[in-house]
Amino acid sequence: MATNDESKNVRKLQVKRFKPEENPEKHYLNQEKGLWAWMTTVDHKKIGLMYLGSITFFFFIAGVLALLLRTELLTPARSFMDADMYNQVFTLHGAIMIFFFLVPSVPTVLGNFILPLQLGAKDVAFPRLNLASYYIYVVGALFTLFAIFTGGIDTGWTFYTPYSSSAAGGNIMAMTFGIFILGFSSILTGVNFLVTIHKMRSPGITWNKLPLNLWGLYATSIIQILATPVLAITLLLLTMERMLSIGIFDPAIGGDPVLYQHFFWFYSHPAVYIMIVPGFGIISEVISTFSRKVIFGYWAIALSSLAIAFIGFLVWGHHMFTAGQSSLANMVFSFLTFLVGIPTGIKIFNWLATMYKGSIDLKTPMIYALVFLFLFTIGGFTGIMLGALAVDIHLHDTYYVVAHFHYVMMGGMVMAFLAGLHYWWPKMFGKMYSEFWAKITCAIIFIGFNMTFLPQFVMGSQGMPRRYFNYIDQFQSFHQFSTIGAYIMGVGFLIMAAYMIHSLVKGKPASSNPWGSRALEWQTSSPVPLHNFEHTPVIINGPYDYHKPMSEFQLGITASQHAHHADKPVDISTQEKEQA
Amino acid sequence: MSQPSSVEEKLDHLQHHFIDSDQQFEASKLGMWIFLVTEILFFGGLFAAYIVYRAWYPELYLLASEELDVFWGTVNTFVLIGSSLTVAMAIRSAQLNQIRGLIINLWITIGLALTFMVIKYFEYVEKFEKGILPGAHYSYEGIAHEKANIFFSIYYMMTGLHGIHVLIGIGLMIWLVFKAKKKVFHSGYYTPVEITGLYWHLVDVIWIFLFPLLYLID
Repeated sequence: MATNDESKNVRKLQVKRFKPEENPEKHYLNQEKGLWAWMTTVDHKKIGLMYLGSITFFFFIAGVLALLLRTELLTPARSFMDADMYNQVFTLHGAIMIFFFLVPSVPTVLGNFILPLQLGAKDVAFPRLNLASYYIYVVGALFTLFAIFTGGIDTGWTFYTPYSSSAAGGNIMAMTFGIFILGFSSILTGVNFLVTIHKMRSPGITWNKLPLNLWGLYATSIIQILATPVLAITLLLLTMERMLSIGIFDPAIGGDPVLYQHFFWFYSHPAVYIMIVPGFGIISEVISTFSRKVIFGYWAIALSSLAIAFIGFLVWGHHMFTAGQSSLANMVFSFLTFLVGIPTGIKIFNWLATMYKGSIDLKTPMIYALVFLFLFTIGGFTGIMLGALAVDIHLHDTYYVVAHFHYVMMGGMVMAFLAGLHYWWPKMFGKMYSEFWAKITCAIIFIGFNMTFLPQFVMGSQGMPRRYFNYIDQFQSFHQFSTIGAYIMGVGFLIMAAYMIHSLVKGKPASSNPWGSRALEWQTSSPVPLHNFEHTPVIINGPYDYHKPMSEFQLGITASQHAHHADKPVDISTQEKEQA
Repeated sequence: MSQPSSVEEKLDHLQHHFIDSDQQFEASKLGMWIFLVTEILFFGGLFAAYIVYRAWYPELYLLASEELDVFWGTVNTFVLIGSSLTVAMAIRSAQLNQIRGLIINLWITIGLALTFMVIKYFEYVEKFEKGILPGAHYSYEGIAHEKANIFFSIYYMMTGLHGIHVLIGIGLMIWLVFKAKKKVFHSGYYTPVEITGLYWHLVDVIWIFLFPLLYLID
């Protein structure tokens, strides 16, 4: 197909324009029918949807648990559950939200769905492995549910020794074993994505034309493959500690509980970047699309994701400032923690610069992106404060930490996830949702979120410890305000579920490119055909080149190798002349 | 322009989402290399625990490692290195389309791996009989150090996890033998052989670190 014109020393690639078919009759959702076909599918899009169902289920469970917690905290003493129950509920809220929702959410749902589309590939590199990692996730989830119904656990999501290695604490073995299994799902997804990005790019997608969403997923995958095995060995050692009393972490038989904390945070700090970095990728896509503008500082955004992934491995000790580390280690970890602020700041400023003088279209995904910028910046700055040694001694294990974490994870990552979900929803289902209700819901969630967590900063700075069942009377008004905020958020998510379901059933059909994006995933039909593209896409422009005409973004290699084929091949160079 | 070449290529193995065999082969190989990185970090946790406790109790390690049998450890080292050679020869056979050689080499590798496990079994049994058990079950009194149980906890974790990897490797190679007998592999497609070989070399390399760290301290 590529022919060499020796005389001019110009390489010509014969391509033609493939306009996506609007609302095709056959697409990935209806081409293979039946439950069995769904459960055994190796199609990355369907696996993404299966993950979407699963994580929505766990988000709902853990969300209800959170509302129970907030309800209990309405009064300083017991409201409706006893203290042991309360310990179990907050442990499950944390463990389920983190391991079953936050860690898998963006990579497995939006990553699985979008990554091959943005590369112009037919699928991820290892489709069967992809399906296997879904079922590994399910098996891990079953173990966890088993743990919940056979005694539960009340160690907190961190499973600190010696409490977790002693007889108390509930069915910790089933829980940690479930998360151990879950880790393999995460690792295999990471391996799959790294290989896919390296080996499955369509012609013309060089590293500097890779959408920033993929740079985010790339950095995330690196953290996943490097950090998750350490969690696996940590949880394996913890399981062995309970089964055989091997004595590595349990001080009663000569072990060291702080060593457990080192092991645990060596995974779990990078894990918060597993949760947030893919969110950065989504925000880059959304902001550029709805500002109608080339992304500002492409390489700065791409490389700062990798920088965050790298620095993220060097800061775990800041979770242990009060655990008896040497003061030298504390100072080094504190300093390294401040460094994380640099690449994060670079991103924020580049996104703002992208919006500057852009033609901003305030559609729902863009509003979520703006909410993200606002809330994540608060979460980030309070994180820097917690990284400061002297301040942390005061704030350690208070509601200030809780508020910071929720501003980063819920205000940052969940908002980014919702931005991505609303952004790619038309591509996933070929239906539009109600823009009106989506915006109302976004406002409700934003207000509810701030009502829930802003008072917790104040409470924490005044000394309200986290994980406490009771509290002194002076905090009651803050707690009640926070609880009302949580209810408002709950209502917001219910409305979201309603309009999303309405969209699936009665939504208006979406065009192939409702946002006018230049990115590759929008240059195929909505919903996507089973094999993504009916041609091999060819990329000559970057994914954010909004100054170039749409016709240059829908090119593909001509199906036939014969020049006299009915579809007349187009020469890029001549076509460019026509446009100019 | 030259005529299209008429060399036929068997393409049964090519999955639909790859453009050609090379892309599929390279993707699989890269995937295995990345997986091996995760394996190194997985064992890395145990090596970190080893380093921490050795730094705290250096004399414990000197005393406790005398209980390990250097002779059988050395034999096992040579057994595993030998199996790495035969697995490399198996890959070479596949590249040269020598399916009989491939199967023979795989069987030899499986045999060596089983030899390793048998020797390991006798080493374990010998210690169990003395009362050298992990953690709280430790009851041997021949080592004058109160933390002796922790050394053996680390020993059992490291060698046990390594042993599980050897067993997985044996399973994979038996599967390869069956595939090879069905004539699945040929010089144009031997990806599973290649990546199992990569995995097997990692199992070997981990043992090469475990052996001196546990057996040869003094």
